[in-house]
Amino acid sequence: MQPTNRSRRILLPVKMWFVYTTLFVALFLNYIPTGHLPAVPDFVALVLAFWCVREPLKIGIGAGFVFGLLTDIGVGAALGQHAFAYVLVAYAANELSRRVLWFTPVEQALHVLPLLFLSQVVMVIVRLMAGAEFPGWWMFFGTFVAAVLWIPLHYVLLLPQYQPMERDDNRPI
Amino acid sequence: MVGHSPPPFFKRGPAPLAKLVFFLVLSLALLVSDLNLRYLDAFRQGLSVLAYPLQMAAATPADFVRNASDYFASLVRLQIENKELKSKQLKEGERLLRLEQLEQENRHLRTLLEARERQPVKSTVAEIMYTAKDPFSRKVILDKGAQAGIEAGQAVVDDAGVVGQITRVFPMQSELTLLTDKDQAIPVMVVRSGLRAVLFGSGDGLMELRYLAANADVQPGDKIVTSGLDGVFLAGLPVATVARVERDQAQTFARIPCLPAAGVERFTHVLVLGHRESLPARPPEVEPVVSKLKGRRARSAKE
Repeated sequence: MQPTNRSRRILLPVKMWFVYTTLFVALFLNYIPTGHLPAVPDFVALVLAFWCVREPLKIGIGAGFVFGLLTDIGVGAALGQHAFAYVLVAYAANELSRRVLWFTPVEQALHVLPLLFLSQVVMVIVRLMAGAEFPGWWMFFGTFVAAVLWIPLHYVLLLPQYQPMERDDNRPI
Repeated sequence: MVGHSPPPFFKRGPAPLAKLVFFLVLSLALLVSDLNLRYLDAFRQGLSVLAYPLQMAAATPADFVRNASDYFASLVRLQIENKELKSKQLKEGERLLRLEQLEQENRHLRTLLEARERQPVKSTVAEIMYTAKDPFSRKVILDKGAQAGIEAGQAVVDDAGVVGQITRVFPMQSELTLLTDKDQAIPVMVVRSGLRAVLFGSGDGLMELRYLAANADVQPGDKIVTSGLDGVFLAGLPVATVARVERDQAQTFARIPCLPAAGVERFTHVLVLGHRESLPARPPEVEPVVSKLKGRRARSAKE
């Protein structure tokens, strides 16, 4: 049971099945064939960063690697490309978690933005070194959209933990 | 007490930094073996079985949008398209009639010459489902896969020319790499001069004739067709038109950008051509004289 540092509200412990379900939903969103549409965020990186910030003891680099591989398969990228980026994101999010949690959601989004941006830059570097063409700057727009999505995500993904076990109107929290 | 770390309060497994290094090295190894050595096709196939249901489910909205837009396509557009197709068919019909007669004649001549008859090539019509999401390459996904008899390496054409080549095959789908993908190569011939060359995708939607000398006989507007030397593409399929020729005294080779003949980035139906009849085996390599000499020397040394 970890207090949300800002509101000092005590949350229920997270359920791991919920964490993995949300990751799979994000994977599903990544698989939607949007082609080369600009400003489509990388949902898996976003949700992974979220849980790695919230629950650094329960989820981390290993999950990043596995979901990275699954993303690689689904979008037809080089095998290991997303895995490499997500491992970095998971590690950085785990390390940042103690600091980031003290901020409001908007400030948290500002912390996560460079992290997601870094993951894109890493992927570009890896593929350019392998001799691919540079796809253009539009591919970085998705990062900013993802950072904006962090704010609603902060409420949606924590919703199950806000629910009290038994309803009691006189309970203070 | 020196050298004893305090007992950990929370069990976290190996140190995060060690884990990070381990997984980074692992993904780098995967990257290298996938991009350079192509060892991982079986592994990819295995994992794609896991990802396949989710992929199919995710493709449904795209399918829905595509079907809906087809359904609501305006009557006018369809009428225009119909008219165009009819006039095209008329034009082709005349050529087709002549072709049949020519084929007949060709068969006769070939039997006269006792030459091997060309085998008819089996082909499959496929529909393009969507563009692959990987922004670094130009690939599309076709709706036919291994179950329809498609194999990696097959050539793909549309009504105007060569589109690309099948690079990966899944049970129900296959991945088509377009000619405009960076460094996708195809052996070609310039129709006017009969010059043979290799055409590469240049990555910006165009193609490039590389390794042609600065004084090579190529002019803007030249038609480029497949030369058939690779044993994959049939000879004589239209590939591209030369857009311009830039000859620079400082460079050994001319820079020759070409426009693709087929609607490489905007078609919906394509034809996957079957494998060509196998070419005769390569003649055995003649052993260079130097190594023979060396061998003799070595033998004489032994003696």
